[in-house]
Amino acid sequence: MKLSLHHGDAKTQRDVSRFALFAPSRLKRILLWFLPITFLALFFFFPLSRILSLTFTIETFTRENWNIVQRSLLFTFYQAALSTFLTLLLGLPSAYLFARYDFPGKTLLRALTAIPFMLPTVVVAASFNALFGQRGFINTILQSSSSFFPLSPFNHLPHSPSFALHPFAAILLAHVFYNTTIVIRIVSNAFSTLDPKIEGVARSLGADTLRTWRYVVFPLLRPAILASSLLVFLFDFTSFGVILLLGEAKYATLEVEIYTQAAKYLNLPLAALLSVIQLLCTLLFSILYSRYATHIAQHAPRSIAPLSPKTLLQKLFTTSFVLLLFVFYLLPLSALPFRSLFRLEADRGQRGEVQYGFTIDYYRELFINRRGSVFYVPPIRAALNSLTYASVTVMLSLLFGFPAAFALAKPTSLERILDPLIMLPLGSSAVMLGLGFIVSYGKWLSSPLLVPLAHTLVALPFVIRALQPAIASIPDRLRQAAASLGASPFEVWKTIDLPILRRATLAAATFAFTISLGEFGATLLLSRPDYPTIPVAIERFLSQPGGLNYGQAMAMATLLMLLTLIGILLIEKFRLPGAGEF
Amino acid sequence: MLAVQHIFKTYEGKLLLNDISFTVGAGETVCLLGASGSGKSTLLRIIAGLEEPDTGIVSFEGQDLSKVPPHRRDFGLVFQDYALFPHLSVYDNVAFGLRMRRIGDDETALRVANILELVNLTGFEQRSVTDLSGGEQQRVALARALAIHPRLLMLDEPLGALDRTLREDLLDELRAILRRTNIPAIYVTHDQEEAFAIADRLLILHDGMIVREGAPVDIWAHPGSAYVAEFLGLGKVFEGKVVSGNRKVHTPFGLFSIDCHHKHQRGERVHLLARPDSHLERNERRRSATHLISGVVTDVIFQQTHFKVTLDNGIYLYLKNAPRVGEKITARVKVECLA
Repeated sequence: MKLSLHHGDAKTQRDVSRFALFAPSRLKRILLWFLPITFLALFFFFPLSRILSLTFTIETFTRENWNIVQRSLLFTFYQAALSTFLTLLLGLPSAYLFARYDFPGKTLLRALTAIPFMLPTVVVAASFNALFGQRGFINTILQSSSSFFPLSPFNHLPHSPSFALHPFAAILLAHVFYNTTIVIRIVSNAFSTLDPKIEGVARSLGADTLRTWRYVVFPLLRPAILASSLLVFLFDFTSFGVILLLGEAKYATLEVEIYTQAAKYLNLPLAALLSVIQLLCTLLFSILYSRYATHIAQHAPRSIAPLSPKTLLQKLFTTSFVLLLFVFYLLPLSALPFRSLFRLEADRGQRGEVQYGFTIDYYRELFINRRGSVFYVPPIRAALNSLTYASVTVMLSLLFGFPAAFALAKPTSLERILDPLIMLPLGSSAVMLGLGFIVSYGKWLSSPLLVPLAHTLVALPFVIRALQPAIASIPDRLRQAAASLGASPFEVWKTIDLPILRRATLAAATFAFTISLGEFGATLLLSRPDYPTIPVAIERFLSQPGGLNYGQAMAMATLLMLLTLIGILLIEKFRLPGAGEF
Repeated sequence: MLAVQHIFKTYEGKLLLNDISFTVGAGETVCLLGASGSGKSTLLRIIAGLEEPDTGIVSFEGQDLSKVPPHRRDFGLVFQDYALFPHLSVYDNVAFGLRMRRIGDDETALRVANILELVNLTGFEQRSVTDLSGGEQQRVALARALAIHPRLLMLDEPLGALDRTLREDLLDELRAILRRTNIPAIYVTHDQEEAFAIADRLLILHDGMIVREGAPVDIWAHPGSAYVAEFLGLGKVFEGKVVSGNRKVHTPFGLFSIDCHHKHQRGERVHLLARPDSHLERNERRRSATHLISGVVTDVIFQQTHFKVTLDNGIYLYLKNAPRVGEKITARVKVECLA
């Protein structure tokens, strides 16, 4: 009796290891890696090598090129440093606010501050334009203040006052707008794991509030502050969409310069040189970042319950900062949809006769193929293109992401080396990926498949990172238990793996979808004129004169914002464990 | 020296401290004993100045401390989880308070060395506090608090995170250090053994109130209430009804006549305590307070010097010889009135 039982156990064991996807043999591991590695080799490493070989040619290193490199490198550092400083200025007090205080609307405000980071930069740029730009709310209202406010004190002036935020200020403000959430998240986390007893001890040992901060609180927060600053700096350093759309062609970071040299002047060697410099810089910052990031979670994490503000000073601080954050985040985000539904200036051919009020003309116009417009197709086709590209991106990135995530869920020592390689596209800029495609697959530029391939490259790290922990979280014992209860390998996969992974798969798919929808840098280089995506269409509308074009840009950006918001909501829903069945 | 007068504190609408008053004399170790949530730690934070009471006064040597910020109070603090500065070495942790007082480097070095010797950590100066064991970390926390020569030492469950043997060793050391330095101390704990071992005087906190105060011996002998007797685990507490005069009480275990200082009305409900150390009382022949209780043995636990024997009626006894489970026994139990 005992013998046969043992025999049965051993048989089940063998069956499980023979059929389960999760105890892969060497051959199976190679098969798992085949697709993702081939994809990366063809569409990342080969283009990268082409860029490198293009860089080191004689015609690259001319004095003229060198001047451009110097100028854009200097400006990139300058604007990134300034943006980071301003982001810390807003982010550090906000982090303190979120970590230490409870106030009404806290969850809402936290979500609100996180949204811009997830929105495509094109949408952020369009939002700032809708508020602060030449045709933005503030300026148009000021310019026509006489008709809006008949008794306005400005009315006696010969010219209406005009206000448009200086493009450089708009760039900085937009950077602060979408990066502050990084500081808030990392530093407020560090804040709330900081044991208040440590501060209490410091005070009991004779340190006043100031010295407690200087000698205890600040040193303990330093890794978190440094890490978040580096991350913010990294994002500001590689900023593209915001600078291109808000900079009014006056400002060029490395990223913008790569685009300009490649797309406008067809100076590919210089573009290649710029992207190599950019890649080296981002790699350096990434290494620095991960060095500080490892120091953050050093002491035991312990969540400290935030308190309601008590003293007058605390109440003053929380109220004013909560208000400031709400205004700072709500104004641009709401200005965009409002501007897309609001006529603020004279239509074509109606000069002088200004009509104000709500309109859906900008949206209606999207469906009309006007002669002499920027497109050869009704603009709404851009939305269809975007959705098609996004769907293909989802399929491709799941196709390559799943095997890699399976292999990485239980990596061998060799595969541990592959992990950073797979994540490398994350560190290289989108424009550079586009440039790589151009120099490697230039003759296929007319193929509509290049764009979703580039999007897949951008989305793949996110997809793998979304799937891998879910796969790793399924203990083998679960599958063995199911097998020992009589489930065949397929039934094991169907009843154990699939339900657990469904949520993660949906999250990964949504990630890929929204990334593809908002991708701007690579698409701008790769998309064919008659196959624009939404972000490309927004860029073209914004670069054209006229209120109607502007309105259509706003309408497009609003559409993109809505689509992305839906995506964000879905991701949040799928990511939360036990938040309902799907 | 330290006087706490009529402290009230509410937290989110709940009364956390309800009229707390007590004093700590020179060189005295006062132990605040209470279950978790009884408000002990809040009381410490109020005394340290880290939190403000709703009403009430904390004063030291006659000086009202309500306007004195925590960093001017010279009160040493030691926490259960040590709250060491993780970014500083052992030396820098201990020297922190001295540097805040702008004491010169030479004297700081001398004092740190002395203190580290006192807590048996000589040679640990340059170690990182995150590499130390729990016991070592607690010694650093103690050294750090002692280094400033505090006027009062406050220890919040200082041994709570340590395992049993280490706890007993450190408790002995702590008692020796407190005696040697003669610093008045408030020691907060939920562990009654610890409290009995270290306290000159014991305050028992329950629902934000001090329900019993006195020397450990007195409290042991006269717990004074059902809560204290149960909390200290002095024996089985049960209810009875006074049936005649002051002496006869009817209980689920039979009719007892008790020796009692209180005046009871006929028909009044009283709490009685049955101490488990029945075998010790056997020879005393105090018939009035010693009674026979019968029951079936449900559980026998070996506890080194005796067996803890639990009966089916909830009474438990310490007996030298173990009966069998299921056996019916009769034992002489000391029953006293808790009022």
